[in-house]
Amino acid sequence: MSLFKNVTAKPWERKGVIGGLEPEGAFESPNEKVALSIFLVVASVVFSLFTVGYILRMELPDWRPLSEPTQLWFNTALLVLSSILFQWARNITKNDQEKNIRVAFFGAGAFAILFIVGQLITWDNLQNAGYFLTSNPANSFYYLMTGLHAIHLLGGLWVWSKSSIRLLSGGEPKDIKLSIELCTLYWHFLLIVWLVLFALLSNT
Amino acid sequence: MAYVPLADQDHEMEMHHPHSFVEKYVWSQDHKVIAIQYGGLAVFTGIVGLVLSLLFRMQLGFPDTASFIDPNFYYQAVTMHGMIMVVYLLTALFLGGFGNYMIPLMCGARDMVFPFLNMLSVWVFLLSVIILMASFFVSGGPTGGGWTLYPPQTNLAGTPGHDMGIVLMLVSLAVFIVAATMGGLNYVVTVLQYRCRGLTMMRLPLTVWGIFVATLLALFAFPALLVSAIMMLFDILLGTSFFMPAIIESGSPLDHNGGSPILFQHLFWFFGHPEVYIVALPAFGLVSDVLSVHARKNIFGYRMMVWAIIAIGGLSFIVWAHHMYVSGMHPYFGFFFATTTLIIAVPTALKVYNWILTLWEGDIRLNAPMYFAIGFIFTFIHGGITGLFLGNVVIDLPLSDSYFVVAHFHMVMGVSPVLVVFAAIYHWYPKITGRMFHEGMAKLHFWCTFLGTYAIYLPMHYLGFLGVPRRYYALGTTDFIPASAQDLNTTITIAALFVGASQLLFFINVFWSLRNGPKADPNPWGAASLEWQTPDTPPVHGNWGDSLPTVYRWAYDYSVPGAEQDFIPQNTPEEEGPTMNDDGTDKEA
Repeated sequence: MSLFKNVTAKPWERKGVIGGLEPEGAFESPNEKVALSIFLVVASVVFSLFTVGYILRMELPDWRPLSEPTQLWFNTALLVLSSILFQWARNITKNDQEKNIRVAFFGAGAFAILFIVGQLITWDNLQNAGYFLTSNPANSFYYLMTGLHAIHLLGGLWVWSKSSIRLLSGGEPKDIKLSIELCTLYWHFLLIVWLVLFALLSNT
Repeated sequence: MAYVPLADQDHEMEMHHPHSFVEKYVWSQDHKVIAIQYGGLAVFTGIVGLVLSLLFRMQLGFPDTASFIDPNFYYQAVTMHGMIMVVYLLTALFLGGFGNYMIPLMCGARDMVFPFLNMLSVWVFLLSVIILMASFFVSGGPTGGGWTLYPPQTNLAGTPGHDMGIVLMLVSLAVFIVAATMGGLNYVVTVLQYRCRGLTMMRLPLTVWGIFVATLLALFAFPALLVSAIMMLFDILLGTSFFMPAIIESGSPLDHNGGSPILFQHLFWFFGHPEVYIVALPAFGLVSDVLSVHARKNIFGYRMMVWAIIAIGGLSFIVWAHHMYVSGMHPYFGFFFATTTLIIAVPTALKVYNWILTLWEGDIRLNAPMYFAIGFIFTFIHGGITGLFLGNVVIDLPLSDSYFVVAHFHMVMGVSPVLVVFAAIYHWYPKITGRMFHEGMAKLHFWCTFLGTYAIYLPMHYLGFLGVPRRYYALGTTDFIPASAQDLNTTITIAALFVGASQLLFFINVFWSLRNGPKADPNPWGAASLEWQTPDTPPVHGNWGDSLPTVYRWAYDYSVPGAEQDFIPQNTPEEEGPTMNDDGTDKEA
C-alpha cells in the first residue's frame, strides 16, 4: 500500500511530483467508507472495553450468572437474515442490477427491526422473571450491553430509513449504491459484535 | 477512486458559497470559521478554568480571607479547573482549533472531507460546554470529587455536587466525546484522502503528523472515558453496582453492593494517559514547525520525528497504571508499567534532542513565536524529567499525594502546551487575520508568562519534597511542615495572580491588532509549508482560488545552498531550486 511505501521515504532527497498526476489519497475506497471503517474500530474499542469490564467484574464474589433466554437464538437468526439480505442488496447494486433490490433492501431493514423487537421482548421476559437491572451485576451488564448494541443498530436503521425513503420516492437503486454498501459493512460488523456478545453472555 | 478530485467539485463549492452573515459566521461549514469557533469557545472555557484556579490559590496563599471560598467551593473549583483545562481547553483547542485550521491548508485541500459533520462537531461541543457550565447553577453546585471523578467518593453525600453536579459532568463528557469523534473522523480522513497532488505522507509538516496521531489517540482513548461515564451514570441514576462497593453513608448502608472502584480507575486512566499525549503530540508538531521556520533550518531528523510521534502514540496506551501506584497493585504489574513509562521517555527525549539540534547553527530569528517555542523546550525538559522520577514506583509512592506531582504535571502538560499555543497563535496570526500583532507586547507577554509560571511551579517541587499534601483546603499544623511553607504558598499565589493578569496582554494584543495592526505580508516569516502559499490572506472560502496547489518538495527546504531565497515553498517546481544530498552537498536539479 502506498501509505507504507511512503513512510520509509527520505523526503529531503526526492523532489518533484511523486505519484503521478493524481492527487494523493491513501485508500482507494470512497471517503465515507474510510470514515466508517475507522468508526467501526472506535466502536470495537467501546465494546471491547465493556467486555473487559464484564470479565473483571465477573471475578468478584457477588456475581450471579444470568441464564440467557433461549429466545436469543431466534433473535440471532433474525440478525443473520438481516445481514444476508444486505449482502444480497449490495451484490445486486454492485453488478448494476435492479431486480429484487427492493425486496432485499427493505427485507434487510425489516429483519433488523424484528431483531430489536425481539430483544425488547427478551428484556420484558427477564423483567417478569425477576431479573432486574440492579439485582445483580450480571443483569446490569446484560441490559447495558444488549442496549448499547441495539442503539448502534438503531443508528444504522436511521441511515437505512433515509435511503428507503429515497428509494420509495422514485429514486434509482444506483443513487443509494454507496449507502447500501456502507449499511452492509455496518450490519456485518454489528452481527459479529452480537455473536461475540452472545457467546460471552451465554457462556458466563 | 483514490480521491474525489476537488478541482472537479469547484462547481459544487461555488454553489455552497455562503452569503448572509449567519451562514458565514454562525452556521458555517468552512473549516477556518469552525476552527475559530472551536478555539474561541475553548479559550472562553479556559478563562473560566483560569479564574477558578486563581480563586482556590487565594485560599492557599491567604487562608480564610475570602469568605465565599469554603471547603466545598474549594474542591469544586479544583475539580472544575482540572477537567476544564485538560479536556475543554487543551483537547478542544489543539484538535478542534488548530486541527481544523491547519489540516486542510497544510494538506492543500479546500476543506475537510465532511464539512457538515465538522459543523455539527462544533455545535455539539458547544452543547457539552453549556451542560458543563450548567452544573455551576444547579443545587449542590458542580462536582468536587477531583477531576479523576473516582467513585465511590464522588457519589457520596460528603462530596460537594454528588447529586446533580457529577451527573452533569458525566453527561457533558459523553457529549464532548461525541463531538470529538465527529471531528476526529474528519481530521483523520482528510489527512488520509485529501492531500493535494505530490503531497505524500512523508512530505507533511510535523504539525499535521502531530494532530493526525493525536486524533487517532483521541478516537481510541475517549471510548474508555465514555464507557466509564455510562457505567457510572448507571450506578448513580439507576442504582447498579458496576463501580460502587457496599458502603455505609452517614450511618446507613447504601443499596450498592460489590462494585469495583479499581475498575473505574483502570478505565479512567486508560483514557487519561493517552489524553496527556492527545495534548502533547499536537504541541510537539506545532512547535517543530515554529522552531524550524524561525531557525531558518530544516527540522533535524524529520523521519525520526515522525516515527517518534507514532511510537509515543502507541506506547501511550500501555503506561496508564503508573497513575495508580498508590491504589496498590501486584509488584510485577507495577514493574511492567514503570518500565513502559521509562521506555516512552526514549522517543520523547529524541524529539527534544532534535529540537535543540534544529536550533544548532541555525540562523535564529528571535521573533515572538520563537521566544515561546524556545521557552517550551525549557519547561518541557523540566516537566519531563520530573516525570521520570514519578514513573518509578518507589519514588512515586511518597511523592504521589504531594505538591511535587502538581508541579510535575503542570510543567509538562499545563505550561508547556500553553506556551506552544501562544507560539502557534502568534506564528499563524498574520495568516489567520491578515494583520501583524504588536511584537513588543507579545515579548512582554512571554517574559511574564515564562518567568511567572516558573515562579509558581518551581517552589511547588520543594513543597512536595517537604511533604506538603496536595488537595488540602487548609494545611493545619503538623510536625513536618514548617511554618515557612505558608510563606512559599503566599508567594506562589502572588505569582499566579500576576501570571493570570498578564494574560490580558495576550488578549489586548490579539483584539487590538485585529483592527490596528499593520497589514501582514502573505508570508511574513518566509515559511515553506503550504498554508503560507494561499492566494489570499487571510485565506477565503475554498482556500486555493481556481486550482489546487501541487507539491514538489517537503515542508522544510530552508537555507538551501544556491537557492535565491532562504526558503523554497513546497509548491515551487524542482527546476527553481537545487536540492541537497544527504551530506548537505548540492545536487543538480
